[in-house]
Amino acid sequence: MATKVDTAPAQSEEDAFRAEVRAFLAEHFPPELKGQSNVLSAIEGPGDETDAQRRWREAVGARGWGTPTWPKDYGGGGLSRRKARILEEEFARAGAWNPIGGMGVMMFGPTLLEYGSEEQKREHIPPICRGEIRWCQGYSEPNAGSDLANLQMSAEDRGDHYLVNGQKTWTSGGQWADKMFALVRTDRSDKHRGISFLLIDMDAPGVEVRPIRMISGASPFCETFFTDVRVPKKNLVGEEGQGWTIGKRLLQHERTNLSGGGSMARLMGPNLSDIARREGDIDAAGRLADTVLRDRIADFEIRWNAFLLTARRAMEESKAQGGVSEISSVLKKLGTKLGQERAELLIEIVGLQGLGWDGDGFSEGELERTRGWLFGKATTIYGGSTEIQNNIIAKRVLGMLDHQ
Amino acid sequence: MAVLNDEQVMLRDMAREWVTNESPVSAFRALRDREDAHGFDPDAYRAMAEMGWTGIVIPEQHGGSDFGWLSLGLVVEELGKTLTSSPLVSSTIAASAILLGGSEAQQERWLPRLASGEAVATLAVDEGPRHDPARISASVSDGKLSGTKAFVAEAHAAQLFVVAATDGLYLVESGAGVQLATRQLVDRRSHAQVEFRDAPAERLGGGGDNLLDDVLDRARIVTSAEMLGTAQAVFDSTLGYLKQRVQFNQVLATFQALQHRMADLYGDLATMRSAVEGGLQALDSGFGIARAATIAKAEANRVLHRISNEGIQLHGGIGMTDEYDVGLYLKRARVLEAAWGNTAFLRDRFATIGGY
Repeated sequence: MATKVDTAPAQSEEDAFRAEVRAFLAEHFPPELKGQSNVLSAIEGPGDETDAQRRWREAVGARGWGTPTWPKDYGGGGLSRRKARILEEEFARAGAWNPIGGMGVMMFGPTLLEYGSEEQKREHIPPICRGEIRWCQGYSEPNAGSDLANLQMSAEDRGDHYLVNGQKTWTSGGQWADKMFALVRTDRSDKHRGISFLLIDMDAPGVEVRPIRMISGASPFCETFFTDVRVPKKNLVGEEGQGWTIGKRLLQHERTNLSGGGSMARLMGPNLSDIARREGDIDAAGRLADTVLRDRIADFEIRWNAFLLTARRAMEESKAQGGVSEISSVLKKLGTKLGQERAELLIEIVGLQGLGWDGDGFSEGELERTRGWLFGKATTIYGGSTEIQNNIIAKRVLGMLDHQ
Repeated sequence: MAVLNDEQVMLRDMAREWVTNESPVSAFRALRDREDAHGFDPDAYRAMAEMGWTGIVIPEQHGGSDFGWLSLGLVVEELGKTLTSSPLVSSTIAASAILLGGSEAQQERWLPRLASGEAVATLAVDEGPRHDPARISASVSDGKLSGTKAFVAEAHAAQLFVVAATDGLYLVESGAGVQLATRQLVDRRSHAQVEFRDAPAERLGGGGDNLLDDVLDRARIVTSAEMLGTAQAVFDSTLGYLKQRVQFNQVLATFQALQHRMADLYGDLATMRSAVEGGLQALDSGFGIARAATIAKAEANRVLHRISNEGIQLHGGIGMTDEYDVGLYLKRARVLEAAWGNTAFLRDRFATIGGY
């Protein structure tokens, strides 16, 4: 299991690239954007960018550096992993962030690069690299959640186009998206092979979007209705009936993104013990006065650290084996559960002050804490619920069989 | 599994082959049934020493191989898988105390003999049934140590005790002034209450103020490595059993209620392995050892506790029989959990290190 190390290119080439990135940052990164992040921009609202944010997005997009390892031919950066790493390091050093994100980058782009036709790649990848087009995902339906293959939205062959009818739900950012990648039914006689992968314009006649109000008060998801929507045949990705295969591949990208230890750590912000020290009652010995809470925070942090070590190990193993490590299968389930536990503890630290809904008496941060706690309940449901993850682990990793 | 170098892969494979062929669980059973006071087979320990395992963290100049802690952990994990009974862990921890705090003369005197397996040593810290290094009353005056240590592991075969006293760690040889009273625990390994009465003692003068903590962290990490092997073995055995046991005309592995429980345990085992390997790697790098040791042992305690209980439940009635191995793992698991810090102790330590 010895690690294969890529032969390092000449040091000077790396140094030159590092210098190039620094020069780029000095010229283009607006200092007022330092430390900001767009991690949640994909689902958090329309592109009401400031001028500086737009200029920054355009500068990064023009270089393809928002999608550093994607092929240059389609607008990506065309960088090796080593150089992409340098890029990331230099951005972090400057307090800069990647303005190109969303589902197009995380999920759809990688899948289209693998399965799309040349024409489709030329049409769709460059605008993703430039951060111009927002994609949304049309997978779930009212009767197709965990049992996704039960989806019913139909695409009927009408010669030069498909006629699409039906409903999608839990469409993240549907109200702001320009386009949707969707799983549709092209054949009712075969559950899995009757599914196709179709690209739909959200402004096409017959598409209607209704935001869903969530328990957190926010509406990041929508119901999307389709009535006699005409979709040109050129928008079929892969073959008719190949949608399940392509769609599952895309979900692998989703899981990787939802559970990546590093990005999760960023999402989670400062560690719990710092917050407890700052906001909790401290006794004369400098300890949290609530000894039960102290014990639970320590328990959480120990397991959180073990999780981060596991995410790192999965990455190292994948690199060394040249394939996905089998422990990657547990990251989504573990990371989302820990995130929820953390949100619960954050509230307990400050009591009712952490359950504010609106109005006077609560800071912005406190209200965000409430919303985060509530919205976080979705993480173990979306992207393949914990129960589905358990099925996958049991069957694919542990070799436990299906019921006969 | 951490990414290993070629030598580590060879070492692990060798250990795996040896425990499978030379030291299966049946070997431990035979020892137990013989009620051997030493609690291990001297021939087996000699074989382990000949393969170099007793000197893995001892420098070459003192007869070891200086292969590092991750390498040691690989071997200890394999030993844990078959409940191999040996003083390897105790002796290695004692050796590390001498390495950290011993004078040149003390190192020269003991390390080569520990590396060769010719001598066995062990660490004696706690004076009650719960690990509590802050409560030590054994004391030394005029080079003579007096006090009583509880549940000292591998005491029966030890020629040398590394003993915690109020003002530091001391080397005490077995013999005059050292009295053992056997304490038979459920794991049926060697444990004894050791009474020191004016026993000649030599102080470990180096290693600084934190010597005891530093040694205990090594003990915590290496113990977690044994626990990792123990947990892995119970998991593998349970999964194997679920795949062959038929009820309601179905193998049990097809039942979703059981699949999800195994998926949970698999996730636990993954984080336990990462925490344990993280501890071993911290020892090799020399950074963040106290924190890494606390994470490793706490995670090992949590996961092994759960897996050893689930192992019995998922094996059903047969898991309750002495004839079946899974019960032996449960008994060893609890003793290892209590060693060098139970979960409450470790959480308190983690919070203290974190300043809250």
